[in-house]
Amino acid sequence: MDAIFIIEQLLNGLGYGFMLFLLAAGLTLVFGIMDTMNLAHGSLFMAGAYIAARVHESSGSFVGAVLIAILATVLIAAVIEILIIRRLYSRDHLAQVLATFGIILLADDAVKAIWGPSPIMAPTPPALAGPVQLLDALPYPSYRLLMIAAGLLVAIGLYLLVNHTRVGMLVRAGASNRAMAEFMGVRVGRVFSFVFALGAALAALAGALMGPISAVQIGMGEAILIPALVVIVIGGIGSVRGAFVAALIVGLVDTAGRAFLPPLLRAVLPPSLAADLGPAMAGIAMYVLMAVILTLKPAGLFPARA
Amino acid sequence: MFKLKNAALALALCGALGAQAADPIKVGIALDISGPFAAAGAEARDGFDLAIDKLGGKLGGQPAEFLKTDFAGNPEQATQLVTRYLQRDKITFFTGPIASNSALAVAPALFAAKVPFISSNPGPSQFAGKQCNPYFFGQYQNDTYDEAAGKLANEKGYKNMVIIAPNYPAGKDHLNGFKRLYKGGLKDEIYTKVGQIDYAAEIAQIRAAKPDAVFFFLPGAMGINFVKQFVGGGLKDVPLIAPGFSADQDVIQAVGEPMLGLYNTAHWTHDLPLPANAEFVSAFRKKYDGRYPTVYAAMAYDAILAMDAAVRDAGGKTDSPEALVKALSTPTFKSVRGEFTYARNHYPVQDYYLRVVEKDADGKLTNKLVGKVLEKHQDAYVAECAM
Repeated sequence: MDAIFIIEQLLNGLGYGFMLFLLAAGLTLVFGIMDTMNLAHGSLFMAGAYIAARVHESSGSFVGAVLIAILATVLIAAVIEILIIRRLYSRDHLAQVLATFGIILLADDAVKAIWGPSPIMAPTPPALAGPVQLLDALPYPSYRLLMIAAGLLVAIGLYLLVNHTRVGMLVRAGASNRAMAEFMGVRVGRVFSFVFALGAALAALAGALMGPISAVQIGMGEAILIPALVVIVIGGIGSVRGAFVAALIVGLVDTAGRAFLPPLLRAVLPPSLAADLGPAMAGIAMYVLMAVILTLKPAGLFPARA
Repeated sequence: MFKLKNAALALALCGALGAQAADPIKVGIALDISGPFAAAGAEARDGFDLAIDKLGGKLGGQPAEFLKTDFAGNPEQATQLVTRYLQRDKITFFTGPIASNSALAVAPALFAAKVPFISSNPGPSQFAGKQCNPYFFGQYQNDTYDEAAGKLANEKGYKNMVIIAPNYPAGKDHLNGFKRLYKGGLKDEIYTKVGQIDYAAEIAQIRAAKPDAVFFFLPGAMGINFVKQFVGGGLKDVPLIAPGFSADQDVIQAVGEPMLGLYNTAHWTHDLPLPANAEFVSAFRKKYDGRYPTVYAAMAYDAILAMDAAVRDAGGKTDSPEALVKALSTPTFKSVRGEFTYARNHYPVQDYYLRVVEKDADGKLTNKLVGKVLEKHQDAYVAECAM
């Protein structure tokens, strides 16, 4: 285990963390500000990935594909918001979970009807297909660097938006005390719609970027929703800053667990036991982290309603 | 109740009169076209349909009825479906599930009712060994694909390999299957989370280990993720070997170019030069817009042909399970994989082939036959079978 290996794994952890952040930022805004549990967030991620993959394949333009995917997903999200989510804001969490779970089922079957049950291909843009030489002995996939860069840009953009604009002020007001914000004359309905669309755009961006390195298939949204939920719980529900820090921590812990735990265990334990224990411990590292943080800080790292 | 009794009486009379012509042979097919195995299940359905078309909806020249119901890859739902097939429809043959867990769940009821279960895909080790049963017929035993891959690694002269699989029982079985025939050394044996999305950590481990080649068993989306990230990570000079399921047409379509040059092993390939296979592949491509069939479709097709031959060879005695099993255990139909025989555990003794992913004449990515890896190969569990 040399320095190069460790640097590479840290980069991997950052990349995974940024992707989780894109998804978790939208989720935490919707949950924190609207107090609405939107399980269908993963379906928007899937929509972004499918649309980007298809547009990229037929047009050949990756940037265009990502933009169209974001636009189309925001439109889909707007329709869902108007038809379904809007009626759920005042209902309890059980109704929200049931309804948005229903949306997941509908979305999965809609995707199957349109694109078939088999996973589809999401090509990597040719310019980013190969690795770049970061250090002498460290070739790193250029596409993953793009993902890190995109995540970083979105994080900065969101920071500016939430902390330094009027819209952001309304969003924060809604998150910390919705009733008070309403009394002060904030048109909470509009803020909600804006936040929902923003969340959808981020989910679509994450989906479109994840497509070329992962399987674009039915159910891809549910698979990534679980770590995203872990992130927003650790970060403190409703806090974008919390989601950012937590996403990076979860990304690093998950990657480090998989990369460093098995070899360490093999050094101290008999091989057969290490082979059983290593992957199992790496798999639960993320959840152990969540349990520890929730024990110390029950409202998460950066609670929005402090 | 009265009506039911009458109907039962009428049925019994019909049976007594030997009115076989009036009663079609019923085949229960449990389709897997939604849920986790939907892609493979849809392939199998297309294979069943093609064989049924070819036979004109008959089995051994007798009218037949093919009952098809989706069970969404859920073993519990599959058990309910089989109960219905057995009690209400009184099926003569059963086939369909894609995954081993569903096959293991439905089999006891079928065995008790003496209904032959002609698997169209899963070949669990349980039914090959200690729990073998005359009413189960496999198309291949799961581990044999990996054994062929292990043999291939020896032939290629690989001395240092990294092998990788998800951390669940089947993952360990597949890696053990590989190790059974592979003679070289292992640099690393990596187990990943089931359903893992990001493989960067494992790929860095592989890069650090500098292996001659990598063997992976990562079914479905996991394999797609892994191959894409492996090639993107600049490791495309390290050869990849996989069992055929991880490099079938459905996976190739989803991954695209990074699949080029991937070696995989299977007991069938769409370009096997056999008349029966050529007929199947061209009919399949004609019916389903030029798509190449997968192993799932080929074996579903074979399963129906096996039933057809069994009814004929049993002299039409579809009411005698023993006669049907006897006929099934010596296959006389023209299988798309070529000739094979059944060992005493009712798993085939057959050849295994090496395939490599290449471009066909139209520039479409697909598997190309390279050669035979194992001849008349038998699974490792037959000795435990007391049948």
